[in-house]
Amino acid sequence: MFYREAGQFKTSYKADQAIFTISQDRFFIGLLLIVAFVVVPIFINDYWANAILIHFLVYALAALGLNILTGYCGQVSLGTGGFMAVGAYASYKLVTSFPEMNFIVAILLSGGITACVGVVFGLPSLRIKGFYLAVATLAAQFFLVWLFNKVGWFFNYSPTGMIVSPPREVFGFLVTGPEASPAVRYLFCLSFVAVFALAAKNIVRGRVGRSWMAIRDMDIAAELIGIRPLEAKLTAFAVSSFYIGVAGALYFNVWLGSAEPTEAFDINQSFFVLFIVIIGGLGSIMGSFMGAAFMVLVPITLKTIMVDGMGFAVGAAKHAEVMLLGTLIIFFLIVEPHGLARLWQILKEKLRKWPFPY
Amino acid sequence: MAYERKIGDTILAVDQISLSFGGVKALSNISFSVNEHEVFAIIGPNGAGKSSMLNCINGFYHPQEGTITFKGKTRRQVRPSEAAREGIARTFQNIALFKGMTTLDNIMTGRNTKMNKGIFWQALRFGPAEKEEMEHRAVVERVIDFLEIEAIRKTAVGTLPYGLQKRVELGRALAAEPDLLLLDEPMAGMNLEEKQDMCRFILDVNDEFGTTIVLIEHDMGVVMDISDRVVVLDYGKKLADGTPDEVRNNQDVIDAYLGVSHDEEE
Amino acid sequence: MFFLETVISGLMAGVMYSLVALGFVLIFKASGIFNFAQGVFALFAGLALYDFIATDGWFYEVFGFVLPVWLGIIATMGVMVIVAWLVEFLVLRHLVNQEPIILFMSTIGLAYFLEGLGDVLFGSDVKPLNIGLPQGAWDYLLDTHNLYIEKLEIVAAGVAAVLVIVLAIFFQKTRIGRALRAVADDHQAALSVGISLRTIWVIVWSVSGFVALVAGIMWGSKSGIQFSLSLIALKALPVLILGGFTSVPGAIIGGLIIGVGEKVAEVYAGPFVGGAIENWFAYMLALAFLLVRPQGLFGEKIIERV
Repeated sequence: MFYREAGQFKTSYKADQAIFTISQDRFFIGLLLIVAFVVVPIFINDYWANAILIHFLVYALAALGLNILTGYCGQVSLGTGGFMAVGAYASYKLVTSFPEMNFIVAILLSGGITACVGVVFGLPSLRIKGFYLAVATLAAQFFLVWLFNKVGWFFNYSPTGMIVSPPREVFGFLVTGPEASPAVRYLFCLSFVAVFALAAKNIVRGRVGRSWMAIRDMDIAAELIGIRPLEAKLTAFAVSSFYIGVAGALYFNVWLGSAEPTEAFDINQSFFVLFIVIIGGLGSIMGSFMGAAFMVLVPITLKTIMVDGMGFAVGAAKHAEVMLLGTLIIFFLIVEPHGLARLWQILKEKLRKWPFPY
Repeated sequence: MAYERKIGDTILAVDQISLSFGGVKALSNISFSVNEHEVFAIIGPNGAGKSSMLNCINGFYHPQEGTITFKGKTRRQVRPSEAAREGIARTFQNIALFKGMTTLDNIMTGRNTKMNKGIFWQALRFGPAEKEEMEHRAVVERVIDFLEIEAIRKTAVGTLPYGLQKRVELGRALAAEPDLLLLDEPMAGMNLEEKQDMCRFILDVNDEFGTTIVLIEHDMGVVMDISDRVVVLDYGKKLADGTPDEVRNNQDVIDAYLGVSHDEEE
Repeated sequence: MFFLETVISGLMAGVMYSLVALGFVLIFKASGIFNFAQGVFALFAGLALYDFIATDGWFYEVFGFVLPVWLGIIATMGVMVIVAWLVEFLVLRHLVNQEPIILFMSTIGLAYFLEGLGDVLFGSDVKPLNIGLPQGAWDYLLDTHNLYIEKLEIVAAGVAAVLVIVLAIFFQKTRIGRALRAVADDHQAALSVGISLRTIWVIVWSVSGFVALVAGIMWGSKSGIQFSLSLIALKALPVLILGGFTSVPGAIIGGLIIGVGEKVAEVYAGPFVGGAIENWFAYMLALAFLLVRPQGLFGEKIIERV
């Protein structure tokens, strides 16, 4: 009875197609944003920032990117790790080569560079699809990781092969480096994610999003009604890679602080983001967030229960996590291929009728 | 009931089209022409090459010989998305809707060729992109009204019954405001009422918007009723063309396809 | 001479790839799924076998004796059949007629699960597999032609050849083989002509499990049973793209080409770019193939109709 939309009439197409059409939804989103932007920074500490919140934000952004490509446009990609690496290394080179460059600009440029790389590796999608395209993206993944490992220019010839993020400020606040406060780092990431999420939602509910979904659902028919597959697919790769690149830049600069390609950006990373997208829901902006939250919280919860609570070895918790993830993937694919987002929608449907059964 | 309908000059001319797949000749030297604003039917037994003919017209198949002239421009091969931009729209025998999207979204994709605000405007939404979206939504709503599918606007098309899906597909084709509408068996699988509805829509489209219609259809009653002219294909060859009456009485056509009504035998 | 040795070394590596790729082809041929977990199957089979025949495994702990190698192999086969049955029951049955990409992703989930399970059950240290396969170089060749080739690799090549012949006969000539091909084409159509999907799938995944076991034995004898075996899946993908996903001989040829190509590229081009080309060479080659000839050398062409 609280969630009913009776009496909420839309008197224009614009209102009908708004992102949140039910006023209760608008209220909750507003509340969430206030909590996220105002309340959390007051109480945040290093642990929460590093282990949970920034971790979550970075992966949510990467998941948004992958969802655009795989969930909305239907082009499977297993190269997410490699593209995050591009974003990270691009930002590293920009920041170290142009110290006066505004940090926000550097991050956005890294995204742009990743977009270009993404388009190049997306070219095969014009001839191959589905599962075979996944293999092509694996080529990107392995090649890029190798590239950043081998070619000294990328890591400024450092003898360890690692890249370290130098301290940078935004509006006078330190955002990177060991001295940066968790609240500032958190807000920085949050701002990016909020803006990008809104942009993503706008794109997918408009013309471009529809052409992506048309390609996904039946690309032959899409072409026959006038959508140019080349344009649509490459745009998807570009936008998706942009998001993933920015996520990679934030991942390296704000979250990790330092990185080394085989650890931080390898194929497991690609799988991780893919799992987020599957569990959260393919083709859903909200799903990317739910999936990211889920995947970030599961290892922590498992570790807390098994290691701290029941005294298992850390290794055992890791194995259990791996098994649980595998099971969940299979479970979601069988039971609800549209992931948590769909489950959430179903819940809301039930809420609308509550307390009546139908 | 006779009503004034101005049938114009040739808008589509098919000239000596031949199409083969490997060793199989799907179409052999097919020639016919379609006049603007008319309703033109392609009929013939299964496997005669009717769908292949439509596929050649809108660029999905590329014939080996012959040319197609549409609105004055002659070509043999064309990319489907270009054909769509030329003003050709079509529906499919096996419904080619985007199952993951709603009715509204499906029909909105039909407006795709007319919308052009780029990715950055889309990301912003507020301003030009939104305005464009609303303008085209208004057009799509008129199509939805026309086809009487308001109730299923927000339903995912994958869940709709077959007859409604066909109507949504017609809506998507109409939304493109085409000059030439190709309908591939629009009444297949429908019962009498649904067929009557579909006939009504087709005739209304032709009447109100002047859209030239080329349709493939097996129901002879429908064909004879609504077409201005007919071409008959059999095994990839043209048997006859002309008005429905001419074709109905053509002996070759009777032998190959129509047969004779037995209570006419003396 | 050096070139020849490189090529032969590549061929041997290629045979190993082929062995694993065969398992993939089987499952793909019969269920249209690319079983990402195949590598993990090989790992799991190897771990199980080790457990049956070694004195530091569960089996010994529980029963007090170890099985002779031949019995161990049979027992492991039994385990793999159970695994196949469970996979069909818990996973495949519920995903009938889904798109290939969904099936593929479910096998990724399966791979993760089995890997974790393997670690939990058997521990994650490397286990050497000594089952009596010849070790060391083939002295005759070494002495006469100065070629270093391991006896084990020759055996692997022979085993692979036998497997290919047996499998080819199986698919082409037997009733079950035909049913398998029907299932690969269209699950629902196969159901509607009375083919029991369940039985077929259990058979296929068991046969594939057997191939995984063979691969596991070969790899395990060479470098011990270790976790990296599960990553073989990633190497098998380029092999299958080259050879064609549905072709048994293709898996062999593809494996050989990749094996040789990698080695040659590494040895001759590697030094110019810092080495480790092996990491991505196979994929780039596969990518090139995808653009030029997506169905691979021997695969079936994919046609789409509207």
